[in-house]
Amino acid sequence: MSSQGTGVAPTGAAPAGLVSAAAARGTLTLAAAGLGKDFRLGHGHVLHAVRDVSIGLYRGAVVALVGESGSGKTTVARLLAGQEHPSAGTIWLDDQPVQLSGRAAFRRYKSEVQLVFQDPFASLNPAHTVRYHIERPLRLHRDRLTREELAEQAAAVMEQVRLSPADKFLAKYPHELSGGQRQRVAFARALAANPRVLLADEPVSMLDVSIRLEMLALLDDLRDRFELAMLYITHDIASARYFADEVLVMYAGQIVDRGPAEDVTQQPAHPYTQLLVRSAPDPDNLGGALREVARQRNQDGNGSANGSSSPPPAGACSFSNRCPFADDRCRAEAPPLLQISPSRAAACWRLDVAAPSVYVRREGGGDITN
Amino acid sequence: MSAGLGGPVSGLAEPGGHGRFAGEPVLSIRDLSVVYRTVAGDVRAVDRVTLDLNAGEVVGLVGESGSGKSTLAYGATRLLRAPALITSGSVRYQGRRMGIPTDVLQLTAEQLAGLRWREIAIVFQSAMNALNPVLNVHDQLTDVIRAHLPVSRQEATQKAAALLDMVGIARARMRSYPHELSGGMRQRVMIAMALATEPEVVIMDEPTTALDVVVQREILGQILELKDRLGFAILFITHDLSLLIELADRIAVMYAGQLMEIGTAQEIHHSPAHPYTKRLLRSFPSLRGPRRDLTGIPGTPPDLLNPPAGCPFLARCSEGTDACKTIEIRLAQVRSALDPAHVTACPFVLPDDAGTVDLDGSAIAAAAEQHSVEELKP
Repeated sequence: MSSQGTGVAPTGAAPAGLVSAAAARGTLTLAAAGLGKDFRLGHGHVLHAVRDVSIGLYRGAVVALVGESGSGKTTVARLLAGQEHPSAGTIWLDDQPVQLSGRAAFRRYKSEVQLVFQDPFASLNPAHTVRYHIERPLRLHRDRLTREELAEQAAAVMEQVRLSPADKFLAKYPHELSGGQRQRVAFARALAANPRVLLADEPVSMLDVSIRLEMLALLDDLRDRFELAMLYITHDIASARYFADEVLVMYAGQIVDRGPAEDVTQQPAHPYTQLLVRSAPDPDNLGGALREVARQRNQDGNGSANGSSSPPPAGACSFSNRCPFADDRCRAEAPPLLQISPSRAAACWRLDVAAPSVYVRREGGGDITN
Repeated sequence: MSAGLGGPVSGLAEPGGHGRFAGEPVLSIRDLSVVYRTVAGDVRAVDRVTLDLNAGEVVGLVGESGSGKSTLAYGATRLLRAPALITSGSVRYQGRRMGIPTDVLQLTAEQLAGLRWREIAIVFQSAMNALNPVLNVHDQLTDVIRAHLPVSRQEATQKAAALLDMVGIARARMRSYPHELSGGMRQRVMIAMALATEPEVVIMDEPTTALDVVVQREILGQILELKDRLGFAILFITHDLSLLIELADRIAVMYAGQLMEIGTAQEIHHSPAHPYTKRLLRSFPSLRGPRRDLTGIPGTPPDLLNPPAGCPFLARCSEGTDACKTIEIRLAQVRSALDPAHVTACPFVLPDDAGTVDLDGSAIAAAAEQHSVEELKP
């Protein structure tokens, strides 16, 4: 994408020719192409936390970013939120390349793009009331408000996340609230900036199972009402199936599988996505499937999935050391994202063996780009 | 247990035999109540809970935060300290190595020390906090082994190596410190430590909640496999009912300090009786099968400082009646269930799909009159 220059409209939201499943909902709001982030570890070592990630967030649509801890999901969110400077790639907001030089530009960007964190126990300041958390972004991001307007808008934002009566909750401190209520406050604080993009980093994984759905339903309602372009980061691929339009699966800093949520979860193409889907609890197979996992692992005789086996050689597919389908090519050359269908792509050389049903669709789906 | 680690244990559950346990109870919790004494009054964390754990069985204890599931487990093993107070009940333990049953709640501190780890071991949720950061894996394992078993230093080291083999960690990692291990490996070390003295009962308190799904699954598989091999019983505490349906033989559903339902994993999965269980089952998105309507459970659990009269779930229940405001919660057999051990605290057991239809009061009254449950004989 870089050859096109940064002023060009962001066709880079997805690899060339690929149509996002989220595009049907609305116009492209936030886009990133070729996004990369390196962290220097000292002694000349560099961690490539994010490599060549292209992503498009569309108005009124949810894109889910799924992967294990350490896969780079949160770094992507921090890059998109302007909290980290990308080592490579470009981010566009409404066709304009994002340049965050100076406080004013950063503040303007923050009023459009808001981030919600995973842990509502850590993200709220225990020394301040809810009112402080809500009024501060209102003061920062909305035009000069009178005292009455401020109180009015704070109450309105609280009602939007269904914390009512607003006055009662505004007067409380975080420790007086349940986990679900705190996360609602975190949502309200994000909404107070009146953003068009909401980046939600594991917004429900710290909450009890019984209230997760309620919170996802609330997020979905907010997306719908305010036509928010939303990024939903999660390690729970099942919730992505229900909540997202498009699912991007991340592994070792790269997107390895992407497509419509139902397609990716029901017909996983990349071997890592297949592993993720297999690892979800399966109530219809009592105990048997679990014991099978242990048996296989013992047969392999190594800790294949917990990172204790040797890392893949430099330049190889990053999943090749855990992949049951890996061959010599996989261990020599990393695959780019290969298009399977108009809206589907996976980074795997061995799709014909790993996902034959999906591969057939690729044969009929046109040629490989990239 | 005469067989060494890894050896077959006769007379126990056959490997893979899911839900077929004729084992005697190793742990019988009867009418256990625990309160937390505060200046504002007693918080009734566990209220008259009765639960059996049979030899070689996996019992899943499910509930949301604050439901009392951990307090129940720690109360039954006397791990609670003030302001927690056990106000009633008994906990009978009968292991194969011990001739006569003992009441855990009556033991002296010395007797308790002999029971803990040797007979009942615990795997805690946060392995990072539970492992000592300044001791390597070898030292932590041999420390436990030598504290509880009469073995030499060399024997303890050999045993530690065998334990690591068993949980799938390379012996080369024996000298590693906790920070050098991944989250999954740390949790495996915790499991190895718990099994070091071949206990009869292992209590697992959300042992995999902090782990990635892939690693979580591997560890759960391994736990089941070790259980099949060594024959210990597991009390598995979690808030994830979908996981329990796959893992456990029986499931106990806890809400606001009380048990709402106990049944086999299959009964709970296919014919849940209590409205809370039904709602829990509809709370998690499924990856397989057709997309379902998900409802979740609006509302919050009651304040246990001032618990409401009647059914504690009433405020969040879509099937509640006036009668629920005054009934005394007690577990009763579900008459329609295939398994006589399937019990529920809801006297108004409706057809399985009742949770999805809006029933008016008369329909519920009619169902109550039919009275599909009968009281459990003491």
